[in-house]
Amino acid sequence: MKNHVWRPLFVVIAIVAGILTFRFFYVPNDFGSGKYGFMYSYHRASNVGEWKAIEPKYRDTGRQHLHEYCLDCHAGTISIRSEDMHGMISCENCHGPALDHPNEPQKLLIDRSRDLCLRCHTHLPYTTSERKRIPGINPQEHNPGMSCVDCHDPHNPRLEDM
Amino acid sequence: MKRRDFLKNSIMVIAGASVPLSALQMVDPKEILAQNPDIHWAFLIDTHTCVGCGFCVKACKIENDVPLEANVSRTWVERYVFTKDDRRYIDSPNAALHGYTDPRIDQGIAGMVDIDPENVGKAFFVPKLCNQCLTPPCTQVCPVGATYKTDDGVVLVDKKWCIGCGYCVMACPYAARFFHPVTHVPDKCTFCYHRIHQGLETACVNACPFEARKLCNIRDVNDPVTRIIMTDRVGILKDEFGTRPQAFYIGLATEVR
Ligand code: HEC
Ligand code: HEC
Ligand code: HEC
Ligand code: HEC
Repeated sequence: MKNHVWRPLFVVIAIVAGILTFRFFYVPNDFGSGKYGFMYSYHRASNVGEWKAIEPKYRDTGRQHLHEYCLDCHAGTISIRSEDMHGMISCENCHGPALDHPNEPQKLLIDRSRDLCLRCHTHLPYTTSERKRIPGINPQEHNPGMSCVDCHDPHNPRLEDM
Repeated sequence: MKRRDFLKNSIMVIAGASVPLSALQMVDPKEILAQNPDIHWAFLIDTHTCVGCGFCVKACKIENDVPLEANVSRTWVERYVFTKDDRRYIDSPNAALHGYTDPRIDQGIAGMVDIDPENVGKAFFVPKLCNQCLTPPCTQVCPVGATYKTDDGVVLVDKKWCIGCGYCVMACPYAARFFHPVTHVPDKCTFCYHRIHQGLETACVNACPFEARKLCNIRDVNDPVTRIIMTDRVGILKDEFGTRPQAFYIGLATEVR
């Protein structure tokens, strides 16, 4: 064959070889597909481990018996009625993640804002939703400007016990 | 030996040799299951019990390092209000991070819409998250293999390998994906993959005081949540897309998509 055919052909072959070598070193060799085949699960296998290695921040409400766990140390200052009213709300919802508390963070957040309570207690006229079960107030009319916990105990909100 | 006998004998020998030893042992299916537990994560949402407090959104964002005030979230709660004169209003202000503290409906550029309490016919809240589809469109479109379905049924994103093209964000019919404002790669609900592998519940399941959210292993027929999915009338979102979602809804209305 003539030179003018070979020369560009060599260039093309060199480029292809270059790309293949680059690919060989660049693509991690744990690339492959899992149970769901090439279409849905072509991936770097070690990435699954990277996701598993992330540290959790919240404790587990149910399995770790959160109320009992927290009250081991805090029963002196607070008394919570676990069986009714706010007993079903996880402590961490209001106080923030507590996996390593009391080491880190040493003190949990105390949120005295009205917004915390208004999430559930804003009156919404929705008789068909479970929302009707929660006593609602109008935030503009129910003691505006004051913190709810000035009058109500967040851990035992019973009106009789006020 | 005749040719016929030779063939007969050799077939017998080959057939006998090809029966593996294990096939001759009695197999206990329970034992095998315990050795390699077959896990496939699925989610159950009860729209009847949700009150729209938004604690799930808050817990999810903190657990998974999604900036609180950025208007993106891995999970969100939608409010549906249908009036008696048959108007439909849907909103989810800031993904319901702070719950619903306003009876007015946030209609975006149209502003806040007042609804006469007397006129409210039907109203309810619907928590949403990634459906972890069995045939996920988002992983199909990834040009580099950076998002994929794990063997236990969760769709994950390989943040290091992702090139940020955003095809998957567009491909998801449920708008479950978004660009993470800090890492600048698509982020999505992972069923708290790091937690469920340590035997913990997901952050949102833990946070929900009303048990509107539940996680289960749908291969384990003894799991009470799996039982509900198998026996109760549950619905899935956008069935017609053929994505085969693994998040099931109790009390799903046709207006919810
Ligand atoms: C091992 C004992 C222990 C356990 C268990 C524990 N705490 Fe604490 N907690 C402490 C200590 C010690 C402090 C610091 C008290 C201080 O300095 O006044 C603290 C502080 C706090 C504070 C701040 C109080 C304040 O006055 O500022 C909150 C809120 C709190 N804990 C909530 C919780 C919650 C919720 C749990 C359960 C997830 C929990 N704690 C579990 C020991 C504990
Ligand atoms: C509905 C939200 C809410 C929940 C749920 C909740 N707390 Fe509190 N907690 C508060 C608020 C608000 C305060 C501040 C009260 C005040 O200033 O009087 C507080 C204060 C505290 C304090 C400090 C008390 C003090 O006087 O120093 C502790 C300790 C505490 N909570 C522990 C818990 C534990 C343990 C649980 C779970 C069993 C829990 N909380 C659940 C809202 C909540
Ligand atoms: C997760 C939603 C939620 C949040 C947040 C919440 N509550 Fe409640 N609250 C409830 C529920 C549920 C009840 C009980 C309804 C029932 O069973 O009657 C209740 C009951 C009450 C009651 C009525 C008690 C009675 O005797 O009728 C008061 C007062 C109250 N809460 C105050 C507060 C205050 C103050 C806060 C903020 C620190 C707060 N709540 C935050 C859900 C919530
Ligand atoms: C000045 C004290 C005070 C403050 C501040 C206050 N409340 Fe009350 N709240 C009361 C009293 C007194 C009652 C019982 C009488 C009544 O129904 O008005 C009550 C009743 C309630 C009830 C029960 C209503 C019903 O119909 O059963 C709820 C819920 C409630 N408050 C929530 C809140 C929330 C949420 C906040 C903060 C946004 C708040 N309160 C702030 C004093 C207060």
